[in-house]
Amino acid sequence: MNESPLREALSWLSEPERWSGPSGIPMRTLEHFGYTVLGVGVAAVIAIPIGLLVGHTHRGKGVAVAAAGAARALPTLGLVTLFALLLGLGLTAPLLAFVVLATPSLLAGAYAAVESVDPATVDAARAQGMTGWQVLTRVEVPLGMPLIVGGFRGATVQVVATAMLAAYVGNGGLGRYIFLGLGSQDYPQMIAGSLLVIALALVLDLTLLLIQRLTSARGLRAA
Amino acid sequence: MTTHSTRRHLLGMLGASGVALGAAACGSSDPFEEDQEESEQGGSGGSDGGGGDGGGEGGDLVVGSQAYYSNEIVAELFAQVLEADGYTVSRQFQIGQREVYMPELENGSLDVLPEYLGNLLQHYDSEAQNGTAEEIHSALEEDLPDGLRVLSFAEATDQDSYTTTSAFAQEHSLSEIGDLAGVDEDLQIAANSEFEVRPYGPEGVSKVYGVEVSVVPVEDSGGPLTVQALTDGDVQLADLYTSDPAIAANDLVVLEDPESLILPQNVVPVVTDKVDAAAEAAITAVIDQLSPDDLVELNRRSTEDQADSAEIATEWLTEKGLA
Amino acid sequence: MNWVQDNLGVIGGHTTAHLAQSLPPIVIAFALSLPLAKLANRMGWLRSGVTTLSGLLYAIPSLPLFVLLPGLLGTGFRSPLNISVALTLYGLALMVPAASDAFRSVGRDVLSSATAQGYAPPARFWQVELPLAGPVLLAGVRVVAVSTISLVTVGGVLGVSSLGMLFVDGFRRGIVAEILTGVVLTVALALFIDGLLVLAGRMLMPWTVGKEVRAA
Repeated sequence: MNESPLREALSWLSEPERWSGPSGIPMRTLEHFGYTVLGVGVAAVIAIPIGLLVGHTHRGKGVAVAAAGAARALPTLGLVTLFALLLGLGLTAPLLAFVVLATPSLLAGAYAAVESVDPATVDAARAQGMTGWQVLTRVEVPLGMPLIVGGFRGATVQVVATAMLAAYVGNGGLGRYIFLGLGSQDYPQMIAGSLLVIALALVLDLTLLLIQRLTSARGLRAA
Repeated sequence: MTTHSTRRHLLGMLGASGVALGAAACGSSDPFEEDQEESEQGGSGGSDGGGGDGGGEGGDLVVGSQAYYSNEIVAELFAQVLEADGYTVSRQFQIGQREVYMPELENGSLDVLPEYLGNLLQHYDSEAQNGTAEEIHSALEEDLPDGLRVLSFAEATDQDSYTTTSAFAQEHSLSEIGDLAGVDEDLQIAANSEFEVRPYGPEGVSKVYGVEVSVVPVEDSGGPLTVQALTDGDVQLADLYTSDPAIAANDLVVLEDPESLILPQNVVPVVTDKVDAAAEAAITAVIDQLSPDDLVELNRRSTEDQADSAEIATEWLTEKGLA
Repeated sequence: MNWVQDNLGVIGGHTTAHLAQSLPPIVIAFALSLPLAKLANRMGWLRSGVTTLSGLLYAIPSLPLFVLLPGLLGTGFRSPLNISVALTLYGLALMVPAASDAFRSVGRDVLSSATAQGYAPPARFWQVELPLAGPVLLAGVRVVAVSTISLVTVGGVLGVSSLGMLFVDGFRRGIVAEILTGVVLTVALALFIDGLLVLAGRMLMPWTVGKEVRAA
C-alpha cells in the first residue's frame, strides 16, 4: 500500500473494461442507486406520514423521538446479518435494514417541518376556515418542505454509504467491489469502489440540495 | 461463544494453570511424553533447559486463530495441550485475515496459529503450482520467512469445493466437476466474493474443466446462508468447506476434482521459533489424531449444538486421551 | 437464550472493548469540534468548506476507511486505534456543523452586552457563550454518541473485538441468538451513554430542565 493506493485505484477506474458488462461500473452503480431509492422510498412511505401527523397533532412526539433515537442506534451490519439468517438470500434482508436506517432522519425531518411553521400562520389558516387536512397539506407541508427534503438528504447519504452491505448477502451494487477487494486484498479495487460510493453520494446530495433550495424559494413565495 | 476476549482469558488462565499443574504431576507416567521431553533437551538445549524437568515451566506462548469458528476450535486444541504441558498460553482468537496475522507471527506477537496448506502457500507465493499435500508442505518449508515454520499437517482438510444438492446431481448425473460442462443451464455458485479471483474460481474451472460459472457472493464463508441458497435452488452450486457438517446434514454432494483444480487445505500449524521441541510434540500429537471426520464433528458441535470452542476442545482431547 | 448464558464472558469482553473504542472518539470529537466551529464561524468561506467537507466525510463507507487508515497512520491492522481515529473523523463530521450552529444560536447582542459588562474574551467564552450554546451542543453530541456506538460494530468484519464480532460469528455459524444479543447490547449501550449525556446536561445546565433541544 506504499505506492499510492489512491493512484492505483484511479488507474483501476480508468480501465475501459471496468465500464461495461453486468459487473461493470455503470450496472453496479445503477444497482446501488436502486437499493438506495428503494430503501429511502419505503422508509419515506412509513416515516413521512407519521412524522407529519406527530408534528400536526403535537401528539406522540416523545414516542417518535425515542423511537428515532433507538433506531439510530441499531447497527446496520447486525440487522443485515440477522434478517439474512431469518429471510434467506436476496434483497429483502438488506432492504429492511436500509429502511430502518433511513427512518429516523425522515421522521425527524417531517415533524420538524410541521413544527417549524409559525403558529400564527397556522392560526390564520384555521381562521380562514381551513380543515385540519387543508392546514396540513396547503400550509404546513409546503412551508416545511425544505426540512422534509433535508430529512431525505440525511437519509440518502446514510443509505448510500451503507448500501454496500447488500453485497454481503448475495446482491449487487458497488459493495461488490468493496468486498471483493477486501477478500482478495485488492485494495485499489476496494478504494475504487469506495470512491464510486462517495461520488454517487455527492451527486444525490447535490441534487437533493438543489431541490431543497427550489422548495424553500417556493415556500417563501407562498409565505 | 466463539469470540474470545482477553479479559475472559485472563480469568481462563487462572483456571488453566490449575489444570496444568495436575497434568504435570501425572504427565511423566506416559512413556511417549518422556521421550519427547528428552528430545527437547537434546534439540533446543539452550537457555530454557530447566523446562524439561517436570514439564511444569514451559514458558509463555501466544496462540492465535482466524476469525473462523472451526479454526478457533483447532487453535483451542493447541492451546489446551500446551497448557497441559505446562505452558502459559494466551489466546488471540478471531483475527480477521492472513494479511493481519501473518505479520504478527513474523514479528513474534503470535507464536502458534492453525493454518491450511494451500491458502498459506498462496499467501507467500501467489503463482504457486498446485500439487499434493506433501508437495505443498515442502514448498512451504522453503517459502516461509525466517523464524517461521510449519509443523506436520493433519489428515483433516478444510478445502473449497464445488458442492451441489443430491437432487441436482442426480438430475444431471454429476459426480465430477467436469460433468457440469454438460448441464444446459446457467450455473451460479454461492461463495465468498474472493472466490471470483481464486485460481479454482470461475476462470480456473473454465480452463481446467470447460465449465462456466458465475459467482453469487455471500460473505459467510460457506455458512448457513450459502447452504440455504443452494437448498432453496437460488444457486446450483456452493463453495462449501469440506469440513462443513452441513454437507452431511443436507445430503449434499461434493463434486470430485480429478484434475486437482482445488488446492489441498490440510490443517497445518504455523509456529515461531519460540515453539520448542516439547511444544511441537504437544501440537503434533493433536495433528496426528485429527482426522477429516473429527474436524467435521468438531464443527458440528459448534454450529449445531452451539457449544463453546473451549468446551468442544476439552471433550475431544479427553476422548483422544490427550488431556 | 441458552447461548447468552453460556457465553457471558465473551459477551462481557466484547462489550468492554466496544466501549473502549467508542468513548474516546466521542470525547475527542466533541472537544475538537469547539475550536473548529469557532474558527469556522469566524471565517465565512471556511464555514461553507466545513459543511461540504463534513458531508463528504460522512459519505465515506466505514469499512473501507477502517481498512485504509492503518496504511495512512502506520498502525497495525488490528489496532483498535484505527477504528477510533476513523470514528473520530465521523464524529467531527457530525459535531463541527452542530457546534457551529450552536455558537451561532447565541445572539450577538448577548455577547456584546457581556463584553460591555466587562467580561474578558476567555471568560466571556466560558461563562456566557459556552453555557448558552450548551443545549444545542448537547443535542449534537448525543447524535455523535449514538452513531459512534453503532458504527464501532463494523470493525467486527475485520476481526477487531467489539459487539460486531457477534454479528460476523453468529452469521457464519447460523446462531440467531448471537446476532440478536449483539444488536440488543449495541442499542442498550447507545441508550445508556445517551442517558448519561442527558443527565450530565441537566447537572451542568439546570436552567434547561424541562426544555428540550433537538439536533438539526
